[in-house]
Amino acid sequence: MRTNDSIIQTKQVNFFYGTFKALIDVTMDFEKNKVTALIGPSGCGKSTLLRLLNRMNDLIDGTRVEGEVIFEGTNIYDTGIDPVDIRRRIGMVFQKPNPFPKTIFDNITYGPKLNGVRSKDAQETLVQQSLEQASLWEEVKDILNRSAMTLSGGQQQRLCIARALAMRPDVLLMDEPTSALDPISTAKIEELIAELKRNYTIIIVTHNMQQAARVSDYTGFFYLGKLIEFNPTEKLFTKPDEKQTEEYITGRFG
Amino acid sequence: MRWRYFKQHAFFAIVRLAAFSIAAAIGAFLVYILVNGIGAISWEFLSEHPRESMTKGGIMPAILGTFYLTAGAIIIALPLGVASAIYLSEYAKQGPVIRIIRVGVNCLAGVPSIVFGLFGLGLFVVFLQFGSCILSGALTLGFLILPTIIGASEEALKSVPQTFREASLGLGVSKWQTILRIVLPNALPGILTGSILGIGRAAGETAPIMFTAAAFFTAKLPSSIFDEVMALPYHVYVLATAGTYIEETRPLQYGTVLVLVALVLGVDLIAIIIRSYIRKKKRW
Ligand SMILES: Nc1ncnc2c1ncn2[C@@H]1O[C@H](COP(=O)(O)OP(=O)(O)OP(=O)(O)O)[C@@H](O)[C@H]1O
Ligand SMILES: [Mg+2]
Repeated sequence: MRTNDSIIQTKQVNFFYGTFKALIDVTMDFEKNKVTALIGPSGCGKSTLLRLLNRMNDLIDGTRVEGEVIFEGTNIYDTGIDPVDIRRRIGMVFQKPNPFPKTIFDNITYGPKLNGVRSKDAQETLVQQSLEQASLWEEVKDILNRSAMTLSGGQQQRLCIARALAMRPDVLLMDEPTSALDPISTAKIEELIAELKRNYTIIIVTHNMQQAARVSDYTGFFYLGKLIEFNPTEKLFTKPDEKQTEEYITGRFG
Repeated sequence: MRWRYFKQHAFFAIVRLAAFSIAAAIGAFLVYILVNGIGAISWEFLSEHPRESMTKGGIMPAILGTFYLTAGAIIIALPLGVASAIYLSEYAKQGPVIRIIRVGVNCLAGVPSIVFGLFGLGLFVVFLQFGSCILSGALTLGFLILPTIIGASEEALKSVPQTFREASLGLGVSKWQTILRIVLPNALPGILTGSILGIGRAAGETAPIMFTAAAFFTAKLPSSIFDEVMALPYHVYVLATAGTYIEETRPLQYGTVLVLVALVLGVDLIAIIIRSYIRKKKRW
């Protein structure tokens, strides 16, 4: 299939919360510089898969992974791989905007500073670049020293995107990044995603079918922990291979 | 309908009565101490050594001693308590072992202070041969307030939203750095207020220092942590029970109690001010 340009592959991945099997035999190929959307009913394992890709699930006690997650040729679950390195390369934006209770400036420089970006000049450049990439610069350039908590929800979410971008990751994981936002902020973030895919690979979980159709190149449909269908977005939404997919996207699910 | 209102009013009345009677009791107690003790307070009382079998002079060495002991207890217990709390709530895998440790810590908080005193006597004074001195007393007081500090710190750490940790870890920041730069700074105010309240209590304890640090009378101020000191709570105890001139020292007893209570309340007040300042500034 599309193996030539893939950046992350999952191979026969099973995932367990304790004894509960949340993902069953998921094999998937995420293509570089494309947007892949993960859709499916609540509880089908979309967030689980997303958090598996940068080892955020490690933080939950009693979880277990089977199979392989290949990122640029290496299995990120191999012993000896530091999850911290993985998370640096594969950034994450969460469902609820979660800026730190610091200034806008310090939110962006928090990660880079700990990775050796010390000079004030480099930091200022980085802040401007990241905020521009997240199309937030114009709105906040005069208030960089204000607490990030004073921003609106949509601005906070774009700040979180800028914060993730400041680490210069290769992949950006987004878990329902607009579900807590109003339509205008949502539109802004969707535009942003279209911009970002030039430089980043984006994997996005969404409950909003139109959103998946608008922003993504590929879409994977999940049901009860299984990947039911994985196809180019246009095909999946117009001529799905599977009956279950069709039922879900047309809202006749049950 | 009527009956329900009546019940509600009756209930409120009882609750209000309970609250007011507690406030009244505390108020009466404070006023009594203030009225009886204020006469003894003077610059001389606060700045001089006791004289003539403690019937004259001041209580400066006891104030200083209590300060040393309490400060020492903080220096010992705060890092230890915060570190334990970080381990318990951030690092340790939650399970039966950690549960048992937590129960143990809670039990420790309920152990009578005289037991801590005897423990300190056995371990620091006798076994480690520190003798009765500031170090032994501060260590004993430190252990006494350790459970309070661990409890307050765990509470404060837990109140830091999980989303902050996820945000930091998701950026590829290590767990240790996340704790150091995100979790601790946000928990620090809570840790401090909780700990200060505990320390205020420790400053007023007699039993833990009786065998480990406190002296009946010292002619000189301590010159090292291996010297004995006078201390306010023990001084009250001595004046009230062990002196030869108990009646003559009565005003001095009240004066000393007043100073001690003022110190403890002052410390509590600092904690309350910090807390209300933070509540106002709280940003999440
Ligand atoms: N920490 C956890 N411990 C145990 N089970 C969990 C945990 N997190 C998720 N699960 C279970 O795993 C399954 C998949 O959850 P997941 O959060 O991945 O679903 P989702 O597709 O993201 O749903 P939603 O659309 O509601 O966000 C669910 O059945 C859920 O109950
Ligand atoms: Mg989810």
